[in-house]
Amino acid sequence: MRRTKRHTLAALTSLLLVIVLLTGCGGSGGSNNAGANEPATTDDAGSGGTNDAAGSDGANKPAEKQTLTLMVGNTGTTLEALKNVAAEAEKKLNIAIEFDIKPDGTEGDNLVKTRLATGDMDDLLVYNTGSLLQALNPADNFLDMANEPFMTDVMDAFKTVVTIDGKVFGAPVGSSSAGAILYNKKVYSELGLKVPTTWAEFMDNNAKIKAAGKTAVIASYKETWTSQLFVLGDYYNVATQVPSFAADYTANKAKYATTPEALRGFEKTAEVFKAGYMNKDFLATTYDVALKMLADGTGVHYPMLTGGLDTIMQNSPDKIGDIGVFPIPSDKAEVNGLTVWMPSGMYINKNSKKIEAAKQWVAYFVSKEGQTAFSSKVKAAGPYVIKGIDLPADSYEGVKDMQPYFDAGKTAPALEFVSPVKGPNLENITVAVGSGISDALKGAKDYDKDIEKQAQQLDLPGW
Amino acid sequence: MTKVSMRTYSYLFLLPAGIIYFVFYLLPTVLSFFFSMTRWTLTKWDFIGFQNYATFFSETSLSIGFKNTVIYAVVTCGLKVVFGLLLGAFLTSRVMFRNYLRSVVFFPTLLSTIAVGIAFSTMMHPSHGVFNAALALIGMSGPDWLGNTKLALLSVAFVDVWKGVGIATVIFIAGITAIPQEYYEALKIDGGSNWSAFRHITVPLSRPAMNSVIILAFIGGLRSFDLIWAMTKGGPGFTTDLIASIIYKQYQAGFYGLATAGNVILFVCVSVLAFPLYKLLTKSEVDL
Repeated sequence: MRRTKRHTLAALTSLLLVIVLLTGCGGSGGSNNAGANEPATTDDAGSGGTNDAAGSDGANKPAEKQTLTLMVGNTGTTLEALKNVAAEAEKKLNIAIEFDIKPDGTEGDNLVKTRLATGDMDDLLVYNTGSLLQALNPADNFLDMANEPFMTDVMDAFKTVVTIDGKVFGAPVGSSSAGAILYNKKVYSELGLKVPTTWAEFMDNNAKIKAAGKTAVIASYKETWTSQLFVLGDYYNVATQVPSFAADYTANKAKYATTPEALRGFEKTAEVFKAGYMNKDFLATTYDVALKMLADGTGVHYPMLTGGLDTIMQNSPDKIGDIGVFPIPSDKAEVNGLTVWMPSGMYINKNSKKIEAAKQWVAYFVSKEGQTAFSSKVKAAGPYVIKGIDLPADSYEGVKDMQPYFDAGKTAPALEFVSPVKGPNLENITVAVGSGISDALKGAKDYDKDIEKQAQQLDLPGW
Repeated sequence: MTKVSMRTYSYLFLLPAGIIYFVFYLLPTVLSFFFSMTRWTLTKWDFIGFQNYATFFSETSLSIGFKNTVIYAVVTCGLKVVFGLLLGAFLTSRVMFRNYLRSVVFFPTLLSTIAVGIAFSTMMHPSHGVFNAALALIGMSGPDWLGNTKLALLSVAFVDVWKGVGIATVIFIAGITAIPQEYYEALKIDGGSNWSAFRHITVPLSRPAMNSVIILAFIGGLRSFDLIWAMTKGGPGFTTDLIASIIYKQYQAGFYGLATAGNVILFVCVSVLAFPLYKLLTKSEVDL
């Protein structure tokens, strides 16, 4: 009796193992088959270049339904907005989207690189532009969209950050944004404060806010990427005072530690900590908690990307009107402008089996209709980068605050869009500087070393 | 069957295992030595000699990483031996609910390390965490367990011990049960106390078990990564970086060749520390 029992168990386990093995193979086999069974759209479209544009008006509706996979990060509301676009596009183009959700930050970079290297990338990918895109070796992995008709309306400001060696790889996903200081306007008017134009005024405001028993500067270093804003968002000030910085920095001639204007970013990170203006438990505070503090008015300044406004809209919609934006102040009143981040790009996997369907989908996405579907779910964090798509009248207060800087031309793209050099450890270094573990100069020196390592690994000329 | 095939056919049985061992263990090991000397993007590589090793050794956080790794390994290993032995001795004695208690001690081992890390980092939150709330009840204000640069590494080590002591206890239980009862009977006849039974019989005769625990826990500590990543990601700043987390960050940044060089260095370090330790420990084992 016992014996048979044991035999049955053994048989069952082996059966289970075999099943697991088979299903493992079956999974990937299945998707390959799906690719092979597609109607011959690739050939179709290859013969006539004209039908790309037709994709957006739905005249070229394929008889059979196609499914594309799209990889996108999980932070913020981009995913929700893309789902809305996908639903509309499915009606129009008969192309469905299967979302493949990835983490953001370095964890996500790692995943994307691995998937690309193993030839396992989805048909479409939403990913950063600028230096992070360059690190993906785009010429081998993504489709050159330079001559696609749908790219004609995309502004050059965006195209430059997805262009590498003359090839244009991505379409914009969402609006531009700025790295600035989000502040609570309600508290500002309660305390009778004025928007600062210099760092000294900013620190004065902080002192008054602290005296009123509130957190002057919110820090959320539990999520390390949020610690970089005083350095990265300070770039307008650097670029305005040292116009050659980006070029010299890329060519290994200028350093953060030896360029006083650039070093200021690290010093600012250290100064707010030293003055005790930051929230208690800032090392255990997360991004969402920080935005909630700002919305509630328990915290007043939050150095952040203006994309954060969208999260406030999601979590505390009644408070969104209280949140304003001003640039990270420099030491001179006349140098006062915004550091701008270009939106993420949408890339088409060069090795996808459904390139034509992917092109049609991207064309729809960039069209006015697609953009309307997109912006109905995610409001702009800054001006759009597609011609003919304007900021709606019901934009966030904070975004309206940004418009004057754009109108006056007082903006500069962030350093990561004008130089391929970006050290991977900046976020850890700024946490160390911003929590008093190391001083500003040491932080800057460490970052210079970090940059050197990256440049050598990328084999950039001059390093 | 001919004589030759008689001699060789048996090797055929080794072949399946041999192929798996070669493809999945031997080949990657050899290749990693090669790729550690390249600038590698997973699809392309350039040979650059020992430059990666030079870069790795000039890494700013490396000295912190080495120090932390050794501290972490020694602390977790030491505590696991002490608590494992005490728990092992306790759980082999005649206590109530012995089997139940044994499973309670072993239970944390079954949990996912990442889940444990996230749960504990929530519990260790400086103002909303359970730990400090409990301390507040008795009128003490708790520290910032994971934010304090001096304490963070030890906090993680504590969680590692909580999670890993079950394995050590099981090994000790096996070792202690293998000690013949005659020794204890002889001691009882001579009128020895429970303490001297523990001190003079249990401890020296569970030496083989202790050695296994030390080796396992020490090597485990040296290459530990998952828990520290789940709890602090090497932070704040670089204060809780271990060698493994430095390597992981390089891998994340796409510096595959450099990260591989780091792994080769870690491999050498673990070997250099573990082999002599093993030799030393086995020498002092006694026969039962």
